[in-house]
Amino acid sequence: MLRASGISKDFPGVRALDGVDFHVRAGEIHALVGENGAGKSTLVKILGGSLAPGAGTAELDGEALPFGDAVATRARGLGVIYQESTLVPELDIAANVFLGQERTRRGFLEGAPMRDEAKRLLSRLGVECDPRTPARGLGVGLQQLVEVARALVLDARVLLFDEPSTALTDEESRHLFATIRELAARGLGIVYITHRLDEVFELADRVTVLRDGAAVATADVRSTDRQTLIRWMVGRTLEEEFPARPDSSPAEHDVVLEVEHLGCPPFFEDASLELRRGEILGLAGLVGAGRTSLGRAIFGAHEAARGEIRLSGRRVRFRHPSEALAAGVSYLPEDRKRAGLFGELSVEENVAMPHLARFVAHGLLDRKARGAAAGEVAARFRVKAPTMESSIRTLSGGNQQKALFARSLLSEPEVLVLDEPTRGVDVGARAEIYALVRGLVDDGLAVLLISSELEELLGMCDRIVVMREGRTTGSLDIADATQERIMELATGGGA
Amino acid sequence: MRGKSVLALLSRWGILVALVLELVFFATRSPYFFTLENFENVLRQNAAVAVVAAGMTFVILTAGIDLSVGSLVALTGVLCADAMVGDWASPTVRVLTGCLVGVAAGAACGATSGVVTTRLRIPPFVATLAMLTIAKGVALHYTDSQTISGLPDGFADFGASLWPVAVMAVVYVAAWISLTRTAFGRHVYAVGGNAEAARLCGIRVDRVLLCVYGLSGTLAGLAGVLMDARLGTGSPKVGNLMELDAIAAVVVGGTSLMGGRGSIWGTLVGALVIGVLNNGLNLMHVEYYSQKIVVGVVLILAATLDRFRSEAR
Repeated sequence: MLRASGISKDFPGVRALDGVDFHVRAGEIHALVGENGAGKSTLVKILGGSLAPGAGTAELDGEALPFGDAVATRARGLGVIYQESTLVPELDIAANVFLGQERTRRGFLEGAPMRDEAKRLLSRLGVECDPRTPARGLGVGLQQLVEVARALVLDARVLLFDEPSTALTDEESRHLFATIRELAARGLGIVYITHRLDEVFELADRVTVLRDGAAVATADVRSTDRQTLIRWMVGRTLEEEFPARPDSSPAEHDVVLEVEHLGCPPFFEDASLELRRGEILGLAGLVGAGRTSLGRAIFGAHEAARGEIRLSGRRVRFRHPSEALAAGVSYLPEDRKRAGLFGELSVEENVAMPHLARFVAHGLLDRKARGAAAGEVAARFRVKAPTMESSIRTLSGGNQQKALFARSLLSEPEVLVLDEPTRGVDVGARAEIYALVRGLVDDGLAVLLISSELEELLGMCDRIVVMREGRTTGSLDIADATQERIMELATGGGA
Repeated sequence: MRGKSVLALLSRWGILVALVLELVFFATRSPYFFTLENFENVLRQNAAVAVVAAGMTFVILTAGIDLSVGSLVALTGVLCADAMVGDWASPTVRVLTGCLVGVAAGAACGATSGVVTTRLRIPPFVATLAMLTIAKGVALHYTDSQTISGLPDGFADFGASLWPVAVMAVVYVAAWISLTRTAFGRHVYAVGGNAEAARLCGIRVDRVLLCVYGLSGTLAGLAGVLMDARLGTGSPKVGNLMELDAIAAVVVGGTSLMGGRGSIWGTLVGALVIGVLNNGLNLMHVEYYSQKIVVGVVLILAATLDRFRSEAR
């Protein structure tokens, strides 16, 4: 029913999409996968009408889609549920569902009928709620369903989901999947964009793989497997994803970082852990368990109310990240765009920003020294950039992340806190990052790895500490750690 | 692709092109326009607002705004003039004291705005709006809304010379070095580009902001002194709406109000574009009110150009 052919799009210096052909049948769930930068989001924006393509056509039930006009596209029956919420937080659910297509009589809003209709639509999606609830307080999962309802108001026949599960809990994901299956069973065409291969096998009927802006393959999910998909995505066979651990156990090394009964309400209550030189300590837990806040507290970005932190046996109390950096603690934030990148500045400046004082001579910046130091560490981290003077924005997600890694290591820290270091990073760059981290740790760096991906924790860590509701609930040696044990400690659910 | 690069080139150098076009246009309209004397005049007349705009550039680069500078020019101007009149010391000492008082008062007021916005967590728009009315009120109260005259003759001579232009040049060179070649300057860009990332880079964001507002106030104080010199008096009514002229110069110069992007030379060219425009229209005997309309239209054109620039990237 949705048929796109020859879609191309150029951005300055890059060809984002290169003649993509793609079609969706009624009642099918069609997964669209690809590494970051493969062109998934660009394709969604083009189909959704928020970006005009350079070339190509798309039609829905035989009618051409109005490219570059998001409102008309929506009215034509193609709804997009974007990664980031497009709800107006101050308006209530009903108003959001009918946003832009309000029902009126003689110029006045028909509040009650819209509320009833919103309630009816949402209950069809398995949600019982008061349509007068403001969108502000809704969980991410519920917000997405409100957006689905918004599309259904316009009798959408095709729905595009752009990596919807990224911010969802497992529970919310399950509900969303059930809803999607239900919608497909009613004859809607579903496009599901993701980079999580598990979801493809769990949900989709067919899958199309994008690589470097081209659709390299479309296949029946039943007739393919994970390895094949990865090979299509990266264009080569990936070796072992996680690097091998060294023979010697870090258990004999000195403890560098001790956290004892640290509390920082309302973020977390009581956390304790020990980190040794040459060790990767995982920090597991559900979203909201307080892992990020603990990482930030260690780095001095949150001030702890009680408890203590010792660094090589000495008690420390950082009131600002600059003190932590000076003491040899470095931090890679989880949200690259919001808390990491300076989008207007060059790669070199992004890498060197925390350490400018080192390059000052007679009050002036020695830009040569800065360029040399930043270039050296960026090369060590294999940051692929046209030049160090290029804007950081021109880099792919994986390379941006590697640049931030380079930044956090420029100070040669003893302790490195990594918060979701591979989120939004494609499979190839991911393996590179793992190998680099392992290399640094083998050279004596101590790493605290906060991650929501259990596979990553199990693959990389020497030990895993689990948090639940603001408390550390246990520490597992990697030999005894399994996904089940971790989840037990994370949810408090006994076996 | 070709059309795009022309556009990119135009947006990069557009402001300079606009300035040149302006010069050519007015040169054909008024015989007096293209004379050394007139250029000196333009520079002298715009030195004060250009100095204020230099400080404003720092503030806007941090994604802030300083609405108080016009009032600070008035306040520091009267304080400076007040220190210069009377017979309490030799004229030289009085002039130097006056200059120092003006600049120091500006610095103190700017730093106060900085403290209010960083410590009390009040948005800079509101904090400096409050400073605007307070400074204006103090200036009017202090002088009983009278003009202070009787400044030492040498000071007025200074104002009539090209020295104020030299002061402006020094300010711009210093600002340029500071923004591009010092850690502080790069931190200004970092804070404006992404304050949270800056904090996690160990940058003391509040300290940078405090310095930036202090600097803006200091330069407003310097501009107050320059205004006194040019007018030969200290009046609580000068500097009216100068903050808007300064913001206009910064914006015309291509600095983003969202922070993190812009340059000090852009601001200088922006100030000159507006200054030359006013001067040329004056020479063409366009009345004051119509001049305002033209400046407004130029502002819209410049902002449009800037939008092309950010889209071309």
